Amino acid sequence: MTENNFSLKKIEISVSEAEKRTGRNAMNMQETYTAYLIETRSVEHSDGQSVLTDSLWRRYSEFELLRNYLLVYYPHIVVPPLPEKRAEFVWHKLSADNMDPDFVERRRIGLENFLLRVASHPILCRDKIFYLFLTQEGNWKETVNETGFQLKADSRLKALNATFRVKNPDKRFIELKHYSDELQSVISHLLRVRARVADRLYGVYKVHGNYGRVFSEWSAIEKEMGDGLQSAGHHMDVYAASIDDILEDEEHYADQLKEYLFYAEALRAVCRKHELTQYDLETAAQDLAAKKQQCEELATGTVRTFSLKGMTTKLFGQETPEQREARIKMLEEQIKEGEQQLKSKNLEGREFVKNAWADIERFKEQKNHDLKEALISYAVMQISMCKKGIQVWTNAKECFSKM
Amino acid sequence: MGKLGETGLAATAGPARTLGMEGECRASQARSWGLPAGGAGGESPGGDAPLSGSISSSALLQAEVLDLDEDEDDLEVFSKDASLMDMNSFSPLMPTSPLSMINQVKFEDEPDLKDLFITVDEPESHVTTIETFITYRIITKTSRGEFDSSEFEVRRRYQDFLWLKEKLEEAHPTLVIPPLPEKFIVKGMVERFNDDFIETRRKALHRFLNRVADHPTLTFNEEFKIFLTAQAWEFSSHKKQGPGLLSRMGQSVRAVALSMRGVKSRPEEFMEMNNFIEIFSQKINLIDKISQRIYKEEREYLDEMKEYGPIHILWSASEEDLADTLKSVASCIDKCCKATEKRMSGFSEALLPVVHEYVLYSEMLMLTEEIGKLEDKVECANNALKADWERWKQNMQNDIKSAFTNMAEENILYYEQQDVSFTEH
Repeated sequence: MTENNFSLKKIEISVSEAEKRTGRNAMNMQETYTAYLIETRSVEHSDGQSVLTDSLWRRYSEFELLRNYLLVYYPHIVVPPLPEKRAEFVWHKLSADNMDPDFVERRRIGLENFLLRVASHPILCRDKIFYLFLTQEGNWKETVNETGFQLKADSRLKALNATFRVKNPDKRFIELKHYSDELQSVISHLLRVRARVADRLYGVYKVHGNYGRVFSEWSAIEKEMGDGLQSAGHHMDVYAASIDDILEDEEHYADQLKEYLFYAEALRAVCRKHELTQYDLETAAQDLAAKKQQCEELATGTVRTFSLKGMTTKLFGQETPEQREARIKMLEEQIKEGEQQLKSKNLEGREFVKNAWADIERFKEQKNHDLKEALISYAVMQISMCKKGIQVWTNAKECFSKM
Repeated sequence: MGKLGETGLAATAGPARTLGMEGECRASQARSWGLPAGGAGGESPGGDAPLSGSISSSALLQAEVLDLDEDEDDLEVFSKDASLMDMNSFSPLMPTSPLSMINQVKFEDEPDLKDLFITVDEPESHVTTIETFITYRIITKTSRGEFDSSEFEVRRRYQDFLWLKEKLEEAHPTLVIPPLPEKFIVKGMVERFNDDFIETRRKALHRFLNRVADHPTLTFNEEFKIFLTAQAWEFSSHKKQGPGLLSRMGQSVRAVALSMRGVKSRPEEFMEMNNFIEIFSQKINLIDKISQRIYKEEREYLDEMKEYGPIHILWSASEEDLADTLKSVASCIDKCCKATEKRMSGFSEALLPVVHEYVLYSEMLMLTEEIGKLEDKVECANNALKADWERWKQNMQNDIKSAFTNMAEENILYYEQQDVSFTEH
């Protein structure tokens, strides 16, 4: 559902707040959930000022609904992923609890990122349902469901079947599927190890904090060394405390990687759609060929293929020439239809490949750009961590030398 | 040369050092602790400089003490060099005359002070029908007249060190005898013949002998000389003798000493010192535990990091544009690993052994307090020792911390290189 009259003047979207709510769920049981405030501002070109045009609250499940809708209606687009539903790749200090404030905060950022990605996509941004998601608080869910998109969704079974049986998918999509599998596996491995490294680093830093305590107690009994010990101890405390901020920043880096981890699934979805389309095409072509052959056999009187009709004819006697004529005519009509369908399916298929590939190219560029930036920001984070380390230890060294 | 005199009574050591009791005790002890025993590199730094500060707090200012002030800077400088010297720098491969060694080890202190150089190396395993044990080679080079020769090489086992220590304690009940490494390591693998364990023990034994050698009184102890010089059969037969004449004499002398001096009751000072030792011991033990824990955590961190880098390489295999970036991140992580390894080895070479040594010292001191009551000598030894070892330790920590800052600096350098190469793309 697209509407070209969705104004494309510059808008700013932000998910600015998160709030715990309680309500009743579908089974009339009380539940606690988090709602997020979405604010949309339009930017007037003339004076650059932004005016708040809409603001409403949505919960995570509504975001999911939006995305599922987009997946069905734009199967050739690599649809941006949502932030993770449950906390994964946690290390010991991070909570795996969905209600944990840090998790909620990171999810808020992730949801905002999702909306911004959709809004900046040349095709997706024009979608009416997306527009309504931002503007129509009540009734939005009903509106989405009314589109009947759930019915249009391809069943998992159908998709799986197509994947196994398709004979001639476009090579590029096969490669893309492999790539997305590799991407997913390598990023999850990386995130797992990173979490472990973070855990260990946390340990190293925090144990140093014990030095601070002991030094301070020890300095009480020392005369000459007392001051030096005391201040050195203070620096140890600073050192131990510094790891919290460092690792919080690193979580943002991890989130950036996670987005692309989930993007891998979006890529695979496009590949699956292609396989489905292709399989559909191949099946239609096969059917058509079979019908043509049948027709030919009937016309020439030779029975090369086994058919139920042939068997029953043998068992119950030949059919009359009129009956045969009638059947031939029906088949010819079906063949004509079939050829039309095949033509349009072919066209569809090619269109799909063309559009999908255009979006995939766009995605590749976005991915390369974003990941490079993420890696650079990671390096910058490490540099700042090292600089802090140098400062603390230089200070400590000074204290020690003054003892 | 005053061998019989080497009892707890009067530390009238060699002629060069007889300066009068209290002052001599402090000053000479100061000098001796300040000097690293011939090339015992990493543990040494002669932190004597501030010692003069503590000495001035007691009202005794001998000329010799003031001399130390001039040497302050030299000692400080030397201490930095010493920490870089290899422990085994007196291996037989280097020129071996004691005099040339004095010149080599460029300390600017009183030139004739160091006349006994000891190294402990070459652990070797011996298997007999009854037992298996390790012996260590001990090489002694000396210019002292009372030694029959200028070089000795013997092999001793841990038991022999224990024997020596007992003898020293018997002969000098009021002096602080340097600690020996423990018999076993209680936690962790009790593997007597594990390489790390042997190496750690060897270093500690080396330090032990050198500290005895540097001690103005202990260095002239007869048993010490026998330990360093006697060949195998000679040594074992000597050990078998009961408390020898000397130690019997030592015991009676000690008894006389006790009765003569009596137990001076200085309850407040005693309490203060006792209190200090107790708290200090507590704290140093904690520090020991913390340091071991840090080492362990760093090891685990290193293990994870080693897996972290290669993942980026793996990833770069499926990317085109990102491949270079990923590879450089991987190489940075590898460098980080190497820097961490360096830091860890610095930690375990220098800080851990020293802290541990002081744990042992403090344990010993607690006992000495109980046994020895408060004698002047003990107090004197304690004060000097205390002030000095804190310097020592602080310099040691200094080195460790600079190892940390070095590591951090290296990290920065690498990551900055990384940054440059990123922004170039």
